[in-house]
Amino acid sequence: MKERNKLLLIVGVFIAAYYVPWTHPVIRQSGLEAFLMLQEYAREHVLTCLIPAFFIAGAIAVFVSQGSVLKYFGAQANKILSYSVASVSGTILAVCSCTVLPLFAGIYTRGAGIGPATAFLYSGPAINVLAITLTAKILGWQLGLARAVGAVVFAIVTGLLMALIFRRDDAARTTGQIYVPDEGVKERTLLQDALYIGTMVLILIFAAFAKPAPGSTGLWPAIFATKWYITVALLVVLAFMVKAWFTGDERKSWIEATWGFMKQIFPLLAGGVLVAGFMLGRPGHPALIPEQWIASLLGGNSFQANFIAALAGALMYFATLTEVPILQGLLGSGMGQGPALALLLAGPALSLPNMLVIGSVLGLKKTATFCGIIVVMSTIAGMLYGACFA
Amino acid sequence: MEIKVLGPGCPKCQQTEKVVKEAVAESGVAANIEKVTDVMKIAGYGVFGTPAVVVDGEVKSVGKIPSKADVVSWLKK
Repeated sequence: MKERNKLLLIVGVFIAAYYVPWTHPVIRQSGLEAFLMLQEYAREHVLTCLIPAFFIAGAIAVFVSQGSVLKYFGAQANKILSYSVASVSGTILAVCSCTVLPLFAGIYTRGAGIGPATAFLYSGPAINVLAITLTAKILGWQLGLARAVGAVVFAIVTGLLMALIFRRDDAARTTGQIYVPDEGVKERTLLQDALYIGTMVLILIFAAFAKPAPGSTGLWPAIFATKWYITVALLVVLAFMVKAWFTGDERKSWIEATWGFMKQIFPLLAGGVLVAGFMLGRPGHPALIPEQWIASLLGGNSFQANFIAALAGALMYFATLTEVPILQGLLGSGMGQGPALALLLAGPALSLPNMLVIGSVLGLKKTATFCGIIVVMSTIAGMLYGACFA
Repeated sequence: MEIKVLGPGCPKCQQTEKVVKEAVAESGVAANIEKVTDVMKIAGYGVFGTPAVVVDGEVKSVGKIPSKADVVSWLKK
């Protein structure tokens, strides 16, 4: 941070402290909502959902070879393969947009061209493990699933459209040596790696298993009643795997990667929850922004509501995962399900600062087209989803 | 010697810069260390993945924080 920005920050905090009418009942209520929402996250979501997801993200970052994925983005790579890999590789390669942008520039200028590059640019931040898990846990599995499926489909369609619209100048590509990260020495078989990450995913699923509706019968309550036994059994299995299959150094780098994600994401998420709680409140509890405003702007499933949600998502900057508490607040204040999906699909991949960097790589025309495609498709997807599930 | 650390400013890239600086100071080699943060310039080197280290125009490591011993060995050649 530059010294001037620090000064501006301090002055800003001072002015807010000085002038905000803290004794006003609405402000008091909003402040209380902020901390009640933070407590809800701390009690309901951190231990059973976020912590396991951090360990999974750490394991993927350390043990899944990036080199093997990046091969598919070279200039000579098979096009169908590069589109499919680009659309799902966000789960493996990226948690924040700072790793996505240089990779995107590399794929665009030296590798497979604008189609796979834009597909990757979209899918990278949109479908990482943490984001999908948290969406499903807090906003409901339907929205989580729609987000995951929507992100993959969007990535492919956006990439193909971009390649089609700009097919002429794709020829001006410079070819040259490309460098991908080393594959490293493999200590385990693919099956062992899959079992290991799979066990952690199962732990996540059972630990976060939702309470069934009262009075329901069958498999769901039966699983819920035994979920802690299953979780503990899985933890024991995981402990054996970690002990038997991994060297000390590998265990250390796994913990380091997990810790790195926690350090990066927890403060942002806590801040996001506080802001969302202050502005919007928990579902059913009013806070600073009147609920009728949100309901009239984003309620229902009209074209207008979906378009506003998509456009707002595209312009706003969401720090990793903070889109979830913000959406939770918006949904509680009367936002429709369709606009919620529209915002989720346009949100994480695009933001104003992000557009500036993309603009420096692609130029104004292509960047505008890229953003336009995403806003239009998000609007359509929101309307479709809203029509099916509302 | 010209050493370039490529990375847009993520924590890993800063870590890499630190390792490189320490390695240069320890080995006593006269070297210019430059941090490259512009994504187009990074892409110009053909690296897929950051942080990356380039020594005298040659890409030495990609997508990871190199160990200090590795950096020292690049400096000796």
